Amino acid sequence: MDIFVDSAGPLLAALGTTVVMAVVAGIGSLIVGTLIAAARISPIPVLRGAAFAYVQFFVNVPLLVLLILAVFALPDAGILMPLAPTTVVVLTLYEAAYVAEAIRSGVNTVGNGQIEASRALGFTLGQTLSLVVLPQSLRAAVQPIGNVMIALTMNTALAAAVGVVELTSAANKLNLVEAQPILIFTAAGLVYMLLALIIGLSAGRIERKVAIVR
Amino acid sequence: MAHAPGTPTASSAARTASTDMVVMTDVQKHFGEHHVLKDVSLSIAPQEVVVVVGPSGSGKSTLCRCINRLETITSGDIRIDGVTLPQEGKALAQLRADVGMVFQSFNLFAHRTILENVTLAPIKVRGEKKKDAEKHGLELLDRVGIADKADSFPAQLSGGQQQRAAIARALAMRPKVMLFDEPTSALDPEMVTEVLDVMVSLAKEGMTMVVVTHEMGFARRAADRVVFMDDGRIVEQNTPAEFFDHPESERARAFLSKILTH
Ligand SMILES: Nc1ncnc2c1ncn2[C@@H]1O[C@H](COP(=O)(O)OP(=O)(O)OP(=O)(O)O)[C@@H](O)[C@H]1O
Ligand SMILES: [Mg+2]
Repeated sequence: MDIFVDSAGPLLAALGTTVVMAVVAGIGSLIVGTLIAAARISPIPVLRGAAFAYVQFFVNVPLLVLLILAVFALPDAGILMPLAPTTVVVLTLYEAAYVAEAIRSGVNTVGNGQIEASRALGFTLGQTLSLVVLPQSLRAAVQPIGNVMIALTMNTALAAAVGVVELTSAANKLNLVEAQPILIFTAAGLVYMLLALIIGLSAGRIERKVAIVR
Repeated sequence: MAHAPGTPTASSAARTASTDMVVMTDVQKHFGEHHVLKDVSLSIAPQEVVVVVGPSGSGKSTLCRCINRLETITSGDIRIDGVTLPQEGKALAQLRADVGMVFQSFNLFAHRTILENVTLAPIKVRGEKKKDAEKHGLELLDRVGIADKADSFPAQLSGGQQQRAAIARALAMRPKVMLFDEPTSALDPEMVTEVLDVMVSLAKEGMTMVVVTHEMGFARRAADRVVFMDDGRIVEQNTPAEFFDHPESERARAFLSKILTH
């Protein structure tokens, strides 16, 4: 255990990076994903098509490919950003596609009848979405979104591949010095499991809180 | 109820256009190739209660849904209180706010309490103050007999109670016309009366109503006029007594003999 105590500082900093990336990308992907989902179910064909293309693109390209592309291609295009923020942006856009799909599955739990009722009452499309459809969709999507957030947290590990010093990368560095891969990566794995557990339990709590009486 | 029914023909539309609450003129509606409303002209006077009957698939629901433009029509003209239905957007939403609609399947907002269901549109569409909307909402819930359910969620109510809440929700907008599309068809028999009683009292108070229903008792009690549809056309219209006792067309006779033997 000494090896962890000795490098506690860098390890904790790396864990901090992982958590911050997960939290920022998590919030970002919730916002972007909700907008994509709203576009996906809007009656405006252009918006629907664009949202569909967005989801298809991000679901069908591996995250690692996107990360490497962003890290190498963006500077070429004149956009200079530090590595960690670049990773967060890519993660946000990538996971937003999955959030959008989770919300869309929630939308299907809102009956068409309720949408007609709100139109008949004189709600505009925006009001129908924001007052009737999305609140119910988001509630039904809490658990699926929780799973997306867990996947997002695990996916922060890919940042190691493009040089961000987060938990996996720090574990790797430690291993280069200590050569104790089983111990070090088991410990790292347990930390990821703990993060996943926290997210899963929170999702469960939120779901019980906002559940719709049916 | 104050209004005597017009002549039992569909052509009265043009004549009474200026004062009527709903005026449909030569309305055609297609679903793809399928011609669902054929030359429909219908005028409904203020405070008149019109019951629409006809076999399944004859276009009753479509007629109802065209009146507030939940369905767009292929051609023809529909006016509410003298104003032609706007195409889309805010103007259409404003006009819909004046036309209450009650559905077969209630369609209450599942994530909102009964009182919120009733106050949401007045607050968000009409811009009423929350306090005023709640006061009016509670009065309406009291009127339909479910004031004690104000803080319940829709799923906690029986079908009959949900439908009465849906009626209160529509009334909260102080609509000029109320459309009912088979409001009691999804209800257990013992709950039909409680909903029909509310509708009869509305009719007595002078609400302009279009009611698609198979409840012939309601038609006899509350309707000024029965409109019989078949295959997308208005085939015949008359006072309830005349229509039920002396149907003119063969198709109406066939329809009545079928539903009355049930
Ligand atoms: N959204 C739709 N798309 C295609 N066809 C439709 C649609 N809605 C209704 N129709 C068709 O239009 C015709 C009229 O339907 P409508 O629902 O108005 O009949 P109805 O008189 O209300 O029947 P019911 O008594 O069964 O409710 C039917 O043939 C139906 O199949
Ligand atoms: Mg119908």
